[in-house]
Amino acid sequence: MAVSDTAAERAALGPPPATTGFLGWMRKNLFSTVWNTLLTILCAYLLILILPPAISWLFLDATWSEATPEQCRAANGACWAMIREKHRVILFGRYPYDEQWRPLLGMGFLITLVLVSCFRRFWRPWIGLVWAGGLVAFFLVMWGGDIPVSYRTAAVIGAVAAAAFGFTRANAGGNARSLFLWLAALFGALALVGNSILRVLDALLKELFQIEAGLGGLSAFGLGIPTGLSFVPTSLWGGLPLTLLLSIVGIIVAFPIAILLALGRRSKMPLIRMFCIGYIELIRGVPLISLLFVASFLLPLFLPRGVEINDLLRAQVAIIGFSAAYLAEVIRGGLQAIPRGQFEAADALGLSYWQKMGKIVLPQAITLVIPPIVNTFIGLFKDTSLVSIVSLADLLLATKDMAIADVNWRAFYAEGYTFAALIYFVFCFFMSQYSQYLERQFETGRRKRR
Amino acid sequence: MAAPNPALSRAPATGAWWNDRRVRAIFYQMVFLAILVGAVWLLVGNTVENLRARGLKSGFDFLPSRSGIPISDSVLDWDPDDTFGKAYLVGILNTLRVGVLGIIFATILGTFIGIARLSNNWLISRLASVYVEAVRNIPLLLQLILLYAFVTRTLPDQLDPIVIGGGFFLSKSGLMFPLLKLEAAHYAAGAVLLASFAAMVGYNYWAKRRQDATGVSPPRLLPSLGILFLPALAVFLVMGAPAEFDIATKTRFRFIGGGAVAPEFLTILTGLVIYTAAFIAEIVRSGILAVSYGQTEAASALGLTRGRTLRLVLLPQALRVIIPPTTSQYLNLVKNSSLAVAVGYPDVVAIEMITMNQTSRALEAILLIMAVYLTISLSISLAMNMYNKRIALKER
Amino acid sequence: MEWIIAMHGVNKWYGQFHVLKDINLSVRPGEKIVICGPSGSGKSTLIRCINRLEEHQRGQIVVDGVELTNDLKHIEQIRREVGMVFQHFNLFPHMTVLENLALAPVWVRKLPKAEAEERAMHMLKRVRIAEQALKYPGQLSGGQQQRVAIARSLCMNPKVMLFDEPTSALDPEMIKEVLDVMIDLAREGMTMLVVTHEMGFAKSVADRVIFMDEGKIVEENAPHEFFNNPKSDRTKLFLSQILGH
Repeated sequence: MAVSDTAAERAALGPPPATTGFLGWMRKNLFSTVWNTLLTILCAYLLILILPPAISWLFLDATWSEATPEQCRAANGACWAMIREKHRVILFGRYPYDEQWRPLLGMGFLITLVLVSCFRRFWRPWIGLVWAGGLVAFFLVMWGGDIPVSYRTAAVIGAVAAAAFGFTRANAGGNARSLFLWLAALFGALALVGNSILRVLDALLKELFQIEAGLGGLSAFGLGIPTGLSFVPTSLWGGLPLTLLLSIVGIIVAFPIAILLALGRRSKMPLIRMFCIGYIELIRGVPLISLLFVASFLLPLFLPRGVEINDLLRAQVAIIGFSAAYLAEVIRGGLQAIPRGQFEAADALGLSYWQKMGKIVLPQAITLVIPPIVNTFIGLFKDTSLVSIVSLADLLLATKDMAIADVNWRAFYAEGYTFAALIYFVFCFFMSQYSQYLERQFETGRRKRR
Repeated sequence: MAAPNPALSRAPATGAWWNDRRVRAIFYQMVFLAILVGAVWLLVGNTVENLRARGLKSGFDFLPSRSGIPISDSVLDWDPDDTFGKAYLVGILNTLRVGVLGIIFATILGTFIGIARLSNNWLISRLASVYVEAVRNIPLLLQLILLYAFVTRTLPDQLDPIVIGGGFFLSKSGLMFPLLKLEAAHYAAGAVLLASFAAMVGYNYWAKRRQDATGVSPPRLLPSLGILFLPALAVFLVMGAPAEFDIATKTRFRFIGGGAVAPEFLTILTGLVIYTAAFIAEIVRSGILAVSYGQTEAASALGLTRGRTLRLVLLPQALRVIIPPTTSQYLNLVKNSSLAVAVGYPDVVAIEMITMNQTSRALEAILLIMAVYLTISLSISLAMNMYNKRIALKER
Repeated sequence: MEWIIAMHGVNKWYGQFHVLKDINLSVRPGEKIVICGPSGSGKSTLIRCINRLEEHQRGQIVVDGVELTNDLKHIEQIRREVGMVFQHFNLFPHMTVLENLALAPVWVRKLPKAEAEERAMHMLKRVRIAEQALKYPGQLSGGQQQRVAIARSLCMNPKVMLFDEPTSALDPEMIKEVLDVMIDLAREGMTMLVVTHEMGFAKSVADRVIFMDEGKIVEENAPHEFFNNPKSDRTKLFLSQILGH
């Protein structure tokens, strides 16, 4: 009786006051040992030294409203008026001022596509169609002008129709579906190289039968569907839309290439394996800047005379080749994590190599490595800043050579770069938070399923 | 049971040859090779034709000719009359200089920040997190350009520098530091130091043998330090202990004396170190976390002291997790040093750009730098693979 | 035909290690064969050679009249007629049970999806697990997963079923449900080769028991003879170890 009374008394007292609440937290986290106390005091001192001046420069003394450079110089704080003045140039580069709603809309398309892809329940095959539609919309709104419709467009539509029909109507494993998919591939190839085929045919007819067929002219046949928007060439595109375009298209086109490289790296056929290893090690061993140089200066040499390739496409090709190698290594890691039993079960059921890879192994492998893939995308997004070195007007170049280079505002380089840094930071930070969120999801998913 | 007659097989024993797995493999590889060779042939053909059409020559014969390039920051003596070949060498040395120093400093800083992230002092760990998140989410090129603009525009003129103390001056023209005037005593002490190092290694070896044989472990730390430093110190003192520094002193128009590093080198080194240290910090943190707490508990249960636990149990396991990604960060640092061209530091890529402009030999110039970087990358990878094989945990 | 599986002089090496030594084995249609032996004796390797998950270097293997060589068409034919159940189930975790079962019939036998799913449901009823059709493998117990794995192989209508230690990875209370399914299968006349330590199964259902050691077939006999009159000393030792505790 007496014992339990004192125990009850003690319990009613609660824990000692200095161990809970704010005081308790401070004691535990900041002042727990002598060493910690010293460190805290040192840090606090440094912060007091740095923070107040920084805050007053950034916010309190800063010029937020519209002002001239002289007025800004007179005030002591940051000159955000410069950003008010120059933010359009930083964000959109040299795109015509009145049409800048178009790149804004285009960015909206791209960002929406990315956001939609973040939700797991949208990870179904039809998301490919959504992406295709979004990208077409983006290019339409950026380029404007007339849409050239030629045999190529017809071939592409034919390919898409055959593929769609094959997937939805035809029997899943049956020969009919394979037939439609081969038709789609044929149309696709026609769209890509039909021109060259016509020219080769022309040359052959000339050589063999001395006929001037002029088949090449057929490919030029087409009409232009007006979009109602004025035409803006890619040389005027710039700023944030360009950065987004380069990184998003980069990773999307690189993805299938990376899958082939990763599979080829594990292949038992020595020639293919050596080529894939060679490509991956070569690309990963050299800096991105050298690949951008190869694309900018050497690509025109590699292409046949008369074929022109614009600056943007050159940089895009370099970025695609670059990300393919890094993505391939990430996917290879995923492939290695799939237990051998999965491969054996697929073999035992009689599935062919591509059926095994496409239906059993790759879906599991890629799902496993989605967080590293997102991290690769974040790295790519930052790496697009290098195209400024080959004079492509991305966000960094727009800030450096268009906004800050303006003689009047030249002194306020810190504000300009801070603005650009903030934009990069916001994108990258949220993407890395998403990647960590995904990792946590997969972790609990794996543990739940056990 | 009677052995069955294989002739009972319904299908022909070997089947159509084109269905043979090995034949198919060879066929696919032949097709692949044909496509590859075809593509290369087309590429080369186009290149040759395009070069001819533009009247450009090719070949590496430009290397021995006079370059006429001004290089401000060089390890070797440089004169614009020197050859392109020598220019490349200077570029490579500059790249290595910033690479080696960058790796050393980034490792030190990164380890500190990584440990700080794990500290149970809330302020320290939060500050470290802010640092890592800020640096990792902003492109390196932007950080370098901002830093360079700060150094070249905001820092004071050389004649009115920021005095850091002890002979260190920071200004628009770079960092000035005091140089030790090397005398005989220093060289002698240095030689003795090398010998002492060998002696220290020998002592530790003997101490381990002794421990294996008798179980008694002779003291290691203090004697090692003593053997390493005392003899050199003694020689130094005996020879007069000269300690004269060449400090930069201000004259009317400029500073003379002392050592200096150019603002470009300062920028690229600082930028690379800050950026790479953030990534190394994360790797160190995850490496330390990766060693499960059960290891520490088991070691304590066995009676090992904290120091021995750290040295024999925790560090080897943490290092296993830390070293592979850290070496790839080292590689990234060396590759990122190619951004020096944006801050005016004459590394091998910057030299290559100038060469391309002067000689129009774009193909050869680009091939050269890719070869340089590939050599560096492959050597680091090779070293890493060998290390990995040695320390890999043997599994069933 | 007389023999559905005929193995003649089969040898296999892993590098220098001789894992299968001169195997001669023939199986009649409808026969149930249990293969036992100490670990490392090559019994799993033996049955994995039958559907070419392992390659034999010397000798002939003829399955359902088709010889097993490097010929891809032969391998495909054999894999269609031979089903395999693995020790660790190897169900595809990213597909539902129904999708696991319908996969091969649709893509290998080229059946329409509706027919494949109908067959799948039929098989699921046969292994008494039809209510789990839309669940994912991760949500099932070990015994349920193995029954699904058996149903998955059955959906291909194989002529032979190979079992590689099907109950070794199961908790004891789930072994019975899987063995019951296997016994039903046996009673319906399926040709079965089972590598297992479950001697109860061997005694009740097997036509022949084969004992392997160090890559050789040491003894084979009808169960009654095998368990009561083992001829070789090695067999006697093994039986005492496995039946003793």
